[in-house]
Amino acid sequence: MTIKVAIVDYGLGNLFSINQACQQAGLSSFITSDADIISTADALILPGVGAFGDAMNSLKANNLVAPIYNFVQTGKPFMGICLGMQLLFSQSEEFGQHEGLNLIKGQIVRFPETNREGESIRVPQIQWNQIACPENQSWQNSVLKDIPEGTYMHFVHSYYAVPYNVEDILSLSEYEGIKYASAVMKDNITGIQYHPEKSAGQGIKIYQNWAHFIKNKSY
Amino acid sequence: MNNVRVIPRLDIKGPNLVKGIHLEGLRVLGKPEDFARYYYEYGADELFFQDVVASLYERNSLHDIISRTARNMFIPLTVGGGLRTIDDIKQVLRAGADKVSLNTAAIRNPQLVRDAAQKFGSSTIVVAIEAIKQPDGRYLAFVDNGREETGVEVVTWAKKAEELGAGEILITSVDREGTAEGFDLNLIKKVADVVHIPVIAHGGAGSLQNIAEAITIGNASALAIASIFHYASMGKVLADSDHEEGNTTFLRSGKRFGIINPSDITQVKEYLKISHIPCRPI
Repeated sequence: MTIKVAIVDYGLGNLFSINQACQQAGLSSFITSDADIISTADALILPGVGAFGDAMNSLKANNLVAPIYNFVQTGKPFMGICLGMQLLFSQSEEFGQHEGLNLIKGQIVRFPETNREGESIRVPQIQWNQIACPENQSWQNSVLKDIPEGTYMHFVHSYYAVPYNVEDILSLSEYEGIKYASAVMKDNITGIQYHPEKSAGQGIKIYQNWAHFIKNKSY
Repeated sequence: MNNVRVIPRLDIKGPNLVKGIHLEGLRVLGKPEDFARYYYEYGADELFFQDVVASLYERNSLHDIISRTARNMFIPLTVGGGLRTIDDIKQVLRAGADKVSLNTAAIRNPQLVRDAAQKFGSSTIVVAIEAIKQPDGRYLAFVDNGREETGVEVVTWAKKAEELGAGEILITSVDREGTAEGFDLNLIKKVADVVHIPVIAHGGAGSLQNIAEAITIGNASALAIASIFHYASMGKVLADSDHEEGNTTFLRSGKRFGIINPSDITQVKEYLKISHIPCRPI
Protein backbone atom coordinates (compact mmCIF):
# COMPACT_ATOMS: atom_id res chain seq x y z
CA MET A 1 0.00 0.00 0.00
CA THR A 2 1.33 3.40 -0.98
CA ILE A 3 1.17 5.96 1.77
CA LYS A 4 0.78 9.47 0.45
CA VAL A 5 2.30 12.22 2.54
CA ALA A 6 1.71 15.81 1.52
CA ILE A 7 4.37 18.34 2.45
CA VAL A 8 2.79 21.79 2.53
CA ASP A 9 4.56 24.20 0.20
CA TYR A 10 3.92 27.80 1.15
CA GLY A 11 7.16 29.23 -0.15
CA LEU A 12 9.20 28.77 3.02
CA GLY A 13 11.59 26.15 4.23
CA ASN A 14 13.82 23.46 2.91
CA LEU A 15 11.33 20.97 1.59
CA PHE A 16 13.97 18.91 -0.17
CA SER A 17 15.41 17.27 2.93
CA ILE A 18 12.02 16.50 4.48
CA ASN A 19 10.94 14.94 1.21
CA GLN A 20 14.13 12.84 1.12
CA ALA A 21 13.69 11.72 4.72
CA CYS A 22 10.06 10.66 4.07
CA GLN A 23 11.15 8.61 1.08
CA GLN A 24 13.97 7.06 3.07
CA ALA A 25 11.28 5.94 5.56
CA GLY A 26 9.26 4.33 2.75
CA LEU A 27 6.65 7.06 2.45
CA SER A 28 5.43 8.31 -0.88
CA SER A 29 5.82 12.00 -0.21
CA PHE A 30 5.25 15.00 -2.42
CA ILE A 31 5.37 18.76 -2.12
CA THR A 32 2.14 20.63 -2.78
CA SER A 33 0.16 23.78 -2.12
CA ASP A 34 -3.04 22.40 -3.65
CA ALA A 35 -5.92 22.10 -1.16
CA ASP A 36 -7.57 19.22 -3.01
CA ILE A 37 -4.38 17.18 -3.11
CA ILE A 38 -3.79 17.87 0.58
CA SER A 39 -7.25 16.58 1.44
CA THR A 40 -6.60 13.24 -0.27
CA ALA A 41 -3.25 12.62 1.46
CA ASP A 42 -2.88 10.00 4.20
CA ALA A 43 -0.73 12.31 6.30
CA LEU A 44 0.39 15.92 6.26
CA ILE A 45 3.62 17.71 7.11
CA LEU A 46 3.89 21.44 7.81
CA PRO A 47 7.55 22.46 7.38
CA GLY A 48 9.11 25.90 7.65
CA VAL A 49 12.11 28.04 8.45
CA GLY A 50 12.21 31.79 8.89
CA ALA A 51 9.89 34.16 10.67
CA PHE A 52 6.56 33.23 12.29
CA GLY A 53 4.60 36.24 11.02
CA ASP A 54 5.78 35.81 7.44
CA ALA A 55 4.91 32.13 7.56
CA MET A 56 1.35 32.71 8.82
CA ASN A 57 0.85 35.44 6.22
CA SER A 58 2.12 33.11 3.56
CA LEU A 59 -0.20 30.29 4.67
CA LYS A 60 -3.11 32.73 4.51
CA ALA A 61 -2.07 34.22 1.16
CA ASN A 62 -1.90 30.70 -0.29
CA ASN A 63 -5.33 29.81 1.18
CA LEU A 64 -3.79 26.96 3.13
CA VAL A 65 -5.15 27.60 6.63
CA ALA A 66 -8.60 26.08 6.02
CA PRO A 67 -7.21 22.98 4.24
CA ILE A 68 -4.91 22.37 7.23
CA TYR A 69 -7.79 22.70 9.74
CA ASN A 70 -9.94 20.41 7.61
CA PHE A 71 -7.17 17.85 7.43
CA VAL A 72 -6.59 17.88 11.19
CA GLN A 73 -10.33 17.36 11.79
CA THR A 74 -10.28 14.12 9.82
CA GLY A 75 -8.00 12.68 12.49
CA LYS A 76 -5.28 11.76 9.99
CA PRO A 77 -1.66 12.20 11.17
CA PHE A 78 -0.33 15.73 11.00
CA MET A 79 3.23 16.78 11.84
CA GLY A 80 4.78 20.24 12.13
CA ILE A 81 8.56 20.55 11.95
CA CYS A 82 10.74 23.44 13.17
CA LEU A 83 8.83 26.66 12.38
CA GLY A 84 5.97 24.34 11.32
CA MET A 85 5.85 23.13 14.93
CA GLN A 86 5.75 26.69 16.25
CA LEU A 87 2.87 27.56 13.89
CA LEU A 88 0.72 24.95 15.68
CA PHE A 89 0.61 27.22 18.73
CA SER A 90 -1.73 30.06 19.67
CA GLN A 91 0.61 32.99 19.17
CA SER A 92 4.20 34.18 18.87
CA GLU A 93 6.04 37.25 20.06
CA GLU A 94 8.43 37.16 17.05
CA PHE A 95 8.65 40.73 15.64
CA GLY A 96 5.41 41.75 17.38
CA GLN A 97 2.46 39.55 18.31
CA HIS A 98 1.21 37.08 15.72
CA GLU A 99 -1.65 34.62 15.86
CA GLY A 100 -0.82 31.01 15.03
CA LEU A 101 -2.98 28.04 14.05
CA ASN A 102 -4.01 27.59 17.71
CA LEU A 103 -4.15 23.79 17.38
CA ILE A 104 -2.04 23.52 20.54
CA LYS A 105 -2.51 26.09 23.30
CA GLY A 106 0.62 28.03 24.07
CA GLN A 107 3.07 30.78 23.23
CA ILE A 108 6.23 31.05 21.16
CA VAL A 109 8.88 33.15 22.90
CA ARG A 110 12.46 34.15 22.16
CA PHE A 111 15.53 32.87 23.98
CA PRO A 112 16.64 35.68 26.30
CA GLU A 113 19.79 37.73 25.66
CA THR A 114 21.54 36.44 28.78
CA ASN A 115 21.44 33.33 30.90
CA ARG A 116 20.96 33.14 34.66
CA GLU A 117 24.66 33.81 35.21
CA GLY A 118 24.27 37.03 33.22
CA GLU A 119 26.38 35.70 30.33
CA SER A 120 25.30 36.52 26.83
CA ILE A 121 23.54 33.69 24.98
CA ARG A 122 24.27 32.87 21.36
CA VAL A 123 21.03 32.92 19.36
CA PRO A 124 20.07 31.05 17.22
CA GLN A 125 20.78 27.85 19.07
CA ILE A 126 22.63 25.82 16.47
CA GLN A 127 23.81 22.50 17.83
CA TRP A 128 23.11 18.84 18.31
CA ASN A 129 21.18 18.81 21.59
CA GLN A 130 19.69 16.04 23.69
CA ILE A 131 16.03 15.18 24.12
CA ALA A 132 14.49 13.90 27.36
CA CYS A 133 11.13 12.36 28.18
CA PRO A 134 9.01 14.43 30.63
CA GLU A 135 7.83 12.77 33.84
CA ASN A 136 4.52 10.95 33.46
CA GLN A 137 5.04 10.82 29.71
CA SER A 138 5.99 7.84 27.57
CA TRP A 139 7.43 7.73 24.07
CA GLN A 140 6.06 4.27 23.34
CA ASN A 141 2.98 5.62 21.57
CA SER A 142 4.72 8.41 19.71
CA VAL A 143 7.17 9.11 16.91
CA LEU A 144 9.94 8.82 19.51
CA LYS A 145 9.22 5.12 20.17
CA ASP A 146 12.44 3.15 20.85
CA ILE A 147 14.62 6.25 20.61
CA PRO A 148 16.85 6.32 23.70
CA GLU A 149 16.51 9.19 26.15
CA GLY A 150 19.37 11.61 25.73
CA THR A 151 19.63 11.05 21.97
CA TYR A 152 21.17 14.00 20.14
CA MET A 153 19.08 15.76 17.51
CA HIS A 154 19.96 18.73 15.33
CA PHE A 155 18.50 22.05 16.51
CA VAL A 156 18.41 25.42 14.77
CA HIS A 157 16.08 28.01 16.31
CA SER A 158 15.84 31.36 18.10
CA TYR A 159 12.32 30.96 19.52
CA TYR A 160 10.81 28.13 21.54
CA ALA A 161 7.37 26.88 22.49
CA VAL A 162 5.74 27.23 25.89
CA PRO A 163 2.66 24.96 25.86
CA TYR A 164 -0.09 25.80 28.38
CA ASN A 165 -0.85 22.14 29.00
CA VAL A 166 2.16 20.17 30.18
CA GLU A 167 0.55 16.93 29.00
CA ASP A 168 1.08 18.13 25.40
CA ILE A 169 4.87 18.03 25.89
CA LEU A 170 6.50 15.04 24.22
CA SER A 171 10.18 15.86 24.69
CA LEU A 172 12.19 18.37 26.67
CA SER A 173 15.53 19.94 25.85
CA GLU A 174 17.70 22.47 27.60
CA TYR A 175 19.50 25.49 26.19
CA GLU A 176 21.53 27.84 28.38
CA GLY A 177 19.70 26.68 31.49
CA ILE A 178 16.24 26.99 29.94
CA LYS A 179 14.30 23.73 29.88
CA TYR A 180 11.70 23.86 27.14
CA ALA A 181 9.34 21.74 25.04
CA SER A 182 11.30 20.46 22.03
CA ALA A 183 8.45 18.24 20.81
CA VAL A 184 4.71 18.20 21.45
CA MET A 185 1.90 15.77 20.76
CA LYS A 186 -1.85 16.15 20.99
CA ASP A 187 -4.24 13.60 19.47
CA ASN A 188 -3.24 13.24 15.79
CA ILE A 189 -0.91 16.25 15.90
CA THR A 190 2.86 15.98 16.46
CA GLY A 191 5.17 18.97 16.56
CA ILE A 192 8.96 18.74 16.49
CA GLN A 193 11.23 21.73 17.04
CA TYR A 194 14.41 19.95 15.96
CA HIS A 195 15.16 18.66 12.47
CA PRO A 196 14.74 14.87 12.37
CA GLU A 197 15.62 14.99 8.66
CA LYS A 198 19.01 16.47 9.67
CA SER A 199 19.64 14.25 12.69
CA ALA A 200 21.20 11.23 10.96
CA GLY A 201 19.96 7.72 11.82
CA GLN A 202 17.90 8.50 14.94
CA GLY A 203 16.18 11.32 13.09
CA ILE A 204 15.19 9.01 10.25
CA LYS A 205 13.85 6.64 12.91
CA ILE A 206 11.28 9.35 13.76
CA TYR A 207 10.04 9.31 10.17
CA GLN A 208 10.04 5.50 10.21
CA ASN A 209 7.97 5.45 13.41
CA TRP A 210 5.55 7.92 11.88
CA ALA A 211 5.33 5.83 8.71
CA HIS A 212 4.53 2.76 10.83
CA PHE A 213 1.80 4.70 12.62
CA ILE A 214 0.24 5.97 9.40
CA LYS A 215 0.16 2.42 8.05
CA ASN A 216 -0.96 0.55 11.16
CA LYS A 217 -2.78 3.23 13.20
CA SER A 218 -0.51 2.35 16.10
CA TYR A 219 3.14 2.92 16.97
CA MET B 1 28.79 25.22 27.25
CA ASN B 2 26.95 24.14 24.13
CA ASN B 3 27.76 21.07 22.11
CA VAL B 4 30.56 21.91 19.73
CA ARG B 5 29.98 20.99 16.10
CA VAL B 6 32.72 19.28 14.13
CA ILE B 7 32.37 20.19 10.46
CA PRO B 8 34.56 18.68 7.75
CA ARG B 9 35.14 21.31 5.10
CA LEU B 10 35.35 20.21 1.49
CA ASP B 11 36.97 22.61 -0.96
CA ILE B 12 35.85 21.70 -4.45
CA LYS B 13 37.21 22.59 -7.85
CA GLY B 14 35.30 21.16 -10.79
CA PRO B 15 34.57 17.50 -9.97
CA ASN B 16 37.39 17.19 -7.42
CA LEU B 17 38.01 17.60 -3.73
CA VAL B 18 41.10 19.78 -3.50
CA LYS B 19 43.28 21.23 -0.79
CA GLY B 20 45.75 24.06 -0.93
CA ILE B 21 47.79 26.21 1.40
CA HIS B 22 46.64 29.79 2.10
CA LEU B 23 43.76 28.87 -0.26
CA GLU B 24 46.27 28.49 -3.15
CA GLY B 25 48.25 25.68 -4.79
CA LEU B 26 45.37 23.25 -5.03
CA ARG B 27 46.00 19.53 -5.03
CA VAL B 28 43.42 16.94 -6.01
CA LEU B 29 42.56 14.58 -3.15
CA GLY B 30 39.64 12.64 -4.58
CA LYS B 31 35.93 12.84 -5.19
CA PRO B 32 33.95 15.09 -2.83
CA GLU B 33 30.98 12.70 -2.74
CA ASP B 34 33.18 9.86 -1.46
CA PHE B 35 34.68 11.97 1.30
CA ALA B 36 31.29 13.43 2.23
CA ARG B 37 29.80 9.97 2.55
CA TYR B 38 32.72 8.82 4.68
CA TYR B 39 32.48 11.81 7.01
CA TYR B 40 28.70 11.39 7.32
CA GLU B 41 29.10 7.77 8.36
CA TYR B 42 31.90 8.54 10.78
CA GLY B 43 30.26 11.21 12.90
CA ALA B 44 30.41 14.57 11.11
CA ASP B 45 27.91 16.99 12.65
CA GLU B 46 27.56 18.97 9.43
CA LEU B 47 29.36 19.29 6.10
CA PHE B 48 30.64 22.45 4.48
CA PHE B 49 31.13 22.56 0.69
CA GLN B 50 33.05 25.41 -0.86
CA ASP B 51 33.42 25.92 -4.60
CA VAL B 52 36.90 27.47 -4.46
CA VAL B 53 36.96 28.87 -7.97
CA ALA B 54 33.32 29.95 -8.19
CA SER B 55 33.79 33.56 -7.19
CA LEU B 56 36.57 33.94 -9.71
CA TYR B 57 34.36 32.57 -12.49
CA GLU B 58 31.24 34.15 -10.98
CA ARG B 59 29.30 30.93 -10.77
CA ASN B 60 28.76 28.11 -8.32
CA SER B 61 28.98 24.70 -9.93
CA LEU B 62 28.15 22.54 -6.93
CA HIS B 63 24.46 21.91 -7.73
CA ASP B 64 25.06 18.42 -9.09
CA ILE B 65 27.41 17.41 -6.31
CA ILE B 66 24.97 18.75 -3.71
CA SER B 67 21.89 17.12 -5.16
CA ARG B 68 23.67 13.76 -5.35
CA THR B 69 25.08 14.12 -1.83
CA ALA B 70 21.96 15.49 -0.15
CA ARG B 71 19.82 12.62 -1.35
CA ASN B 72 21.09 10.16 1.23
CA MET B 73 22.83 12.27 3.84
CA PHE B 74 20.78 13.45 6.76
CA ILE B 75 22.92 16.13 8.38
CA PRO B 76 23.08 19.86 7.60
CA LEU B 77 24.93 20.83 4.42
CA THR B 78 26.30 24.32 3.85
CA VAL B 79 27.31 25.48 0.38
CA GLY B 80 29.48 28.47 -0.48
CA GLY B 81 31.26 29.97 -3.43
CA GLY B 82 30.10 32.44 -6.04
CA LEU B 83 26.60 32.99 -4.67
CA ARG B 84 25.71 36.54 -5.63
CA THR B 85 21.94 36.85 -5.79
CA ILE B 86 18.78 35.67 -4.03
CA ASP B 87 18.16 33.47 -7.04
CA ASP B 88 21.63 31.85 -6.74
CA ILE B 89 20.85 31.07 -3.11
CA LYS B 90 17.43 29.69 -3.96
CA GLN B 91 18.98 27.34 -6.49
CA VAL B 92 21.51 25.76 -4.13
CA LEU B 93 18.85 25.42 -1.43
CA ARG B 94 16.61 23.70 -3.99
CA ALA B 95 19.49 21.37 -4.84
CA GLY B 96 19.49 20.26 -1.22
CA ALA B 97 21.72 22.65 0.72
CA ASP B 98 20.45 23.69 4.16
CA LYS B 99 22.58 26.79 4.50
CA VAL B 100 24.58 29.04 2.25
CA SER B 101 27.85 30.76 2.94
CA LEU B 102 28.33 34.27 1.56
CA ASN B 103 31.66 36.09 1.37
CA THR B 104 32.53 38.12 -1.71
CA ALA B 105 28.95 39.10 -2.55
CA ALA B 106 28.17 39.91 1.09
CA ILE B 107 31.03 42.42 1.39
CA ARG B 108 30.35 43.99 -2.00
CA ASN B 109 26.61 44.11 -1.41
CA PRO B 110 25.73 43.87 2.32
CA GLN B 111 22.04 44.28 1.45
CA LEU B 112 22.19 40.74 0.05
CA VAL B 113 22.72 39.41 3.59
CA ARG B 114 19.68 41.32 4.85
CA ASP B 115 17.48 40.26 1.95
CA ALA B 116 18.61 36.64 2.15
CA ALA B 117 18.10 36.47 5.92
CA GLN B 118 14.62 37.89 5.52
CA LYS B 119 13.70 35.56 2.70
CA PHE B 120 15.27 32.30 3.88
CA GLY B 121 15.67 32.88 7.62
CA SER B 122 18.80 33.96 9.49
CA SER B 123 19.75 30.39 10.31
CA THR B 124 20.15 29.69 6.58
CA ILE B 125 22.74 32.43 6.09
CA VAL B 126 26.40 32.00 7.06
CA VAL B 127 28.68 34.96 6.44
CA ALA B 128 32.21 33.75 5.73
CA ILE B 129 35.08 36.10 6.43
CA GLU B 130 38.57 35.49 5.05
CA ALA B 131 41.02 37.33 7.29
CA ILE B 132 44.62 38.25 6.64
CA LYS B 133 46.67 39.74 9.44
CA GLN B 134 48.36 43.05 8.57
CA PRO B 135 51.81 44.18 9.72
CA ASP B 136 50.12 46.63 12.11
CA GLY B 137 48.24 43.74 13.75
CA ARG B 138 44.83 44.49 12.27
CA TYR B 139 42.87 41.81 10.46
CA LEU B 140 41.46 42.75 7.07
CA ALA B 141 38.78 40.88 5.14
CA PHE B 142 39.71 39.49 1.73
CA VAL B 143 37.47 38.19 -1.03
CA ASP B 144 37.73 35.90 -4.06
CA ASN B 145 39.23 33.14 -1.97
CA GLY B 146 41.86 35.29 -0.28
CA ARG B 147 42.97 36.97 -3.49
CA GLU B 148 41.58 40.46 -3.18
CA GLU B 149 41.79 42.97 -0.36
CA THR B 150 38.70 44.93 0.62
CA GLY B 151 40.09 47.28 3.26
CA VAL B 152 37.25 46.15 5.53
CA GLU B 153 38.27 45.47 9.11
CA VAL B 154 37.25 41.93 10.16
CA VAL B 155 35.74 42.57 13.60
CA THR B 156 33.70 45.53 12.33
CA TRP B 157 32.43 43.45 9.43
CA ALA B 158 31.50 40.52 11.67
CA LYS B 159 29.42 42.81 13.86
CA LYS B 160 27.78 44.34 10.78
CA ALA B 161 27.03 40.89 9.35
CA GLU B 162 25.23 39.97 12.56
CA GLU B 163 23.17 43.17 12.40
CA LEU B 164 22.28 42.41 8.78
CA GLY B 165 20.81 39.10 9.91
CA ALA B 166 23.50 36.46 9.43
CA GLY B 167 22.83 33.38 11.55
CA GLU B 168 26.48 32.33 11.83
CA ILE B 169 29.96 33.60 11.06
CA LEU B 170 32.64 31.38 9.53
CA ILE B 171 36.01 32.99 10.23
CA THR B 172 38.96 31.83 8.13
CA SER B 173 42.55 32.74 8.83
CA VAL B 174 44.02 32.80 5.33
CA ASP B 175 47.48 33.05 6.93
CA ARG B 176 47.00 29.69 8.63
CA GLU B 177 44.76 27.96 6.08
CA GLY B 178 46.20 24.63 4.92
CA THR B 179 49.31 24.97 7.10
CA ALA B 180 48.15 22.94 10.13
CA GLU B 181 50.08 25.47 12.22
CA GLY B 182 47.05 25.93 14.41
CA PHE B 183 43.94 28.10 14.45
CA ASP B 184 44.61 31.82 14.93
CA LEU B 185 43.08 31.91 18.42
CA ASN B 186 43.41 35.67 18.72
CA LEU B 187 41.43 36.23 15.52
CA ILE B 188 38.74 33.73 16.48
CA LYS B 189 38.33 35.20 19.96
CA LYS B 190 38.11 38.77 18.64
CA VAL B 191 35.24 37.79 16.36
CA ALA B 192 33.48 35.40 18.75
CA ASP B 193 33.49 37.93 21.58
CA VAL B 194 31.94 40.71 19.54
CA VAL B 195 28.94 38.79 18.09
CA HIS B 196 26.06 36.91 19.72
CA ILE B 197 25.62 34.37 16.94
CA PRO B 198 27.63 31.14 16.64
CA VAL B 199 31.14 31.40 15.19
CA ILE B 200 32.77 28.61 13.19
CA ALA B 201 36.56 28.54 13.42
CA HIS B 202 38.40 27.72 10.20
CA GLY B 203 41.93 27.80 8.89
CA GLY B 204 44.95 26.05 10.24
CA ALA B 205 43.47 23.37 12.51
CA GLY B 206 46.62 21.83 13.93
CA SER B 207 47.20 19.69 16.97
CA LEU B 208 44.30 18.26 18.96
CA GLN B 209 45.21 20.67 21.73
CA ASN B 210 44.98 23.63 19.36
CA ILE B 211 41.60 22.41 18.11
CA ALA B 212 40.30 22.32 21.69
CA GLU B 213 41.71 25.81 22.31
CA ALA B 214 39.65 27.24 19.43
CA ILE B 215 36.72 26.52 21.77
CA THR B 216 38.19 27.18 25.22
CA ILE B 217 40.30 30.23 24.29
CA GLY B 218 38.80 31.32 20.96
CA ASN B 219 35.17 30.90 22.16
CA ALA B 220 34.14 29.35 18.85
CA SER B 221 30.94 27.29 18.67
CA ALA B 222 32.03 25.02 15.85
CA LEU B 223 35.12 23.78 14.04
CA ALA B 224 35.57 23.62 10.27
CA ILE B 225 38.42 21.25 9.50
CA ALA B 226 39.83 20.18 6.15
CA SER B 227 43.43 18.98 5.78
CA ILE B 228 43.82 16.89 8.91
CA PHE B 229 40.57 15.03 8.18
CA HIS B 230 41.23 14.64 4.47
CA TYR B 231 44.73 13.29 4.98
CA ALA B 232 43.46 10.91 7.66
CA SER B 233 40.74 9.66 5.31
CA MET B 234 42.52 9.38 1.98
CA GLY B 235 43.45 5.74 2.37
CA LYS B 236 40.00 4.79 3.65
CA VAL B 237 37.77 6.60 1.20
CA LEU B 238 37.02 4.55 -1.89
CA ALA B 239 40.21 4.57 -3.91
CA ASP B 240 38.91 5.63 -7.27
CA SER B 241 41.52 7.26 -9.47
CA ASP B 242 39.17 8.44 -12.17
CA HIS B 243 40.29 12.06 -12.06
CA GLU B 244 40.80 13.69 -15.38
CA GLU B 245 40.92 17.32 -14.33
CA GLY B 246 43.28 19.18 -12.07
CA ASN B 247 46.64 18.63 -10.49
CA THR B 248 46.58 14.90 -9.74
CA THR B 249 50.33 14.34 -9.54
CA PHE B 250 50.16 14.48 -5.78
CA LEU B 251 47.26 12.05 -5.63
CA ARG B 252 48.98 9.54 -7.90
CA SER B 253 52.25 9.81 -6.01
CA GLY B 254 50.66 8.21 -2.95
CA LYS B 255 52.55 10.69 -0.77
CA ARG B 256 51.18 12.48 2.22
CA PHE B 257 51.58 16.13 3.03
CA GLY B 258 54.55 16.06 5.42
CA ILE B 259 53.77 18.60 8.12
CA ILE B 260 50.16 17.63 8.64
CA ASN B 261 49.42 15.24 11.44
CA PRO B 262 46.17 13.60 10.37
CA SER B 263 43.37 12.92 12.84
CA ASP B 264 39.92 11.55 12.15
CA ILE B 265 36.61 12.82 13.54
CA THR B 266 36.59 10.18 16.28
CA GLN B 267 40.00 11.27 17.55
CA VAL B 268 38.98 14.93 17.56
CA LYS B 269 35.74 14.20 19.41
CA GLU B 270 37.50 11.97 21.93
CA TYR B 271 40.01 14.71 22.59
CA LEU B 272 37.22 17.28 23.03
CA LYS B 273 35.58 14.91 25.50
CA ILE B 274 38.67 14.48 27.66
CA SER B 275 39.10 18.26 27.52
CA HIS B 276 35.57 18.58 29.01
CA ILE B 277 34.24 20.18 25.83
CA PRO B 278 30.79 18.73 25.11
CA CYS B 279 29.92 17.46 21.64
CA ARG B 280 27.60 14.92 20.07
CA PRO B 281 29.20 11.52 20.59
CA ILE B 282 29.76 9.31 17.58
